[in-house]
Amino acid sequence: MKLKKNIATSEAGFVFNPATGDSFAASPLAAEILELLKAGQAPAAIQASLLARYEVSASQLQRDWDDLMAQLHQFQLLES
Amino acid sequence: MTKLPYERPTIRKLTAGPLSKFGPRAGARPVAELEGVPVPELLARFGSPLFVLSERQLRRSYQAVMRAFGTRYPQVQLAWSYKTNYLNAVCRVFHQEGAWAEVVSGLELEKALGNGVPGAQILFNGPGKTRADLARAAEVDAVIHLDNADELHRLLEVAAGRPHRPRVALRVNLDAGIFPQWDRFGFNLENGQAWQALQQVAAATEQLDLVGLHCHLGTYILQPAAYGVAATKLAALALRCQQELSLPVRYLDLGGGFPSQNTLKGSYLPGPDAVPDLDDYAAAIAEALLGAGFRVGELPLLVLEAGRALVDEAGYLLGTVLATKRLADGRRATVLDFGVNLLFTAYWYDHHISPVRTFSEQTEPTVLYGPLCMNIDVVRESIVLPLLAAGDQVVVHRVGAYNMSQWQQFITLRPHVVLLDLQGNPHIIREAETLEYLQQPERVPAHLQG
Ligand SMILES: Cc1ncc(COP(=O)(O)O)c(C=O)c1O
Repeated sequence: MKLKKNIATSEAGFVFNPATGDSFAASPLAAEILELLKAGQAPAAIQASLLARYEVSASQLQRDWDDLMAQLHQFQLLES
Repeated sequence: MTKLPYERPTIRKLTAGPLSKFGPRAGARPVAELEGVPVPELLARFGSPLFVLSERQLRRSYQAVMRAFGTRYPQVQLAWSYKTNYLNAVCRVFHQEGAWAEVVSGLELEKALGNGVPGAQILFNGPGKTRADLARAAEVDAVIHLDNADELHRLLEVAAGRPHRPRVALRVNLDAGIFPQWDRFGFNLENGQAWQALQQVAAATEQLDLVGLHCHLGTYILQPAAYGVAATKLAALALRCQQELSLPVRYLDLGGGFPSQNTLKGSYLPGPDAVPDLDDYAAAIAEALLGAGFRVGELPLLVLEAGRALVDEAGYLLGTVLATKRLADGRRATVLDFGVNLLFTAYWYDHHISPVRTFSEQTEPTVLYGPLCMNIDVVRESIVLPLLAAGDQVVVHRVGAYNMSQWQQFITLRPHVVLLDLQGNPHIIREAETLEYLQQPERVPAHLQG
């Protein structure tokens, strides 16, 4: 689960895929996750850090995580 | 250490389409309370989903209609259109304000009588009056709005054995420039049917007492000018009645059909921007009647059967998000604990729906649907809302008209309906249904028992 190398992300949540020309708007939390993925952090480590900082249950986070990854996959932003 | 508030992470593809004129924030403003009562408190106490009616708004809407017409025409009478919402508490609020009753069935007639409306203040419309209905209406002196020649014939038979002449009005349908023209109800004006019927009534003055003429153009009519046309035509017919048949007409009933501020499906503008002011309707009708040529002192009473315009705004449907998911094409979907079974008007309107709690400014378009497990069960095809999660509560606005009479007991039971009185105290005005209530009229044949 790695972000493609050439994907540009900004702190404000702007995401650009130079290969396809598509751009995206990520919510603040999604932007934070993208930055961490891009920095090469493992999903489990990212989730643990989110759980420690955000008011959310592990099961809720897992569902939302899966949904986000499915979206990233559909938008062709992940390494296959 | 306190944790940060959480909202699910989302990512959305940016498309270079036309920008929505109304912005993504429309609909996202939270509505945390109704008439000062917190929504979560109402749902905790009465369960979810829940219909809520505001007595203050019911009275306010009634007074607004009376003001719009009463300041332009000397004699105005509202007749509450029962089918719009015939919960007794709602009807009684309007009757307290001074409304007569407009009914379209024997059932509604009995409801109006049960609510204490004198028979003489009940107007009985509709194409489906049975002989028993006509006899009952004659017995209580309700005004029978004649719909067709067979009914007129039937009423003459009913009238034959009665001590008093039944009071009647003629329902007329006419071309007021509205499409589609409602021509199924009453006698057509332009093809001469209405005049023919009036001649028959005139020939039967020993048996029938003609008191009024009626015309209901349709519903959610957005052209005030059409009412002007209808009023002009109805007034001319009344004058002709008086001059040629010596039948003075005491009231002209212009029906209902005035819109609420809901947004019709497919409408480019939201309801509050698309709907003409009530004053425009009142002005069109009053101008037509005042200029029609009635002699001073002989102006007919103006009757209006507003339904939607009186009750829609006062109704809310509160509900809860059961789940969110993603559809095959990537769209967000939100499952609510109510569907089109309760919100019949979701077929007509893009209902305004608000979250209850405060969210960040992040929003997402979502389809909203209910628990029915049927493809037709769509509350909103696409609405931009904050990032709702299971357990979040929502408020659907302007649901007072037609839902609490056209709702279906289908798949789930109908919930409580609560009236917030002028002090904001909640009163249950219809109990939530139970399995026992639902099955009470059912019978299981002996061979299927045991
Ligand atoms: C005869 C008659 N009067 C009044 C009404 C109320 O209409 P609305 O709710 O559009 O005002 C109706 C509704 O169809 C009706 O049939």
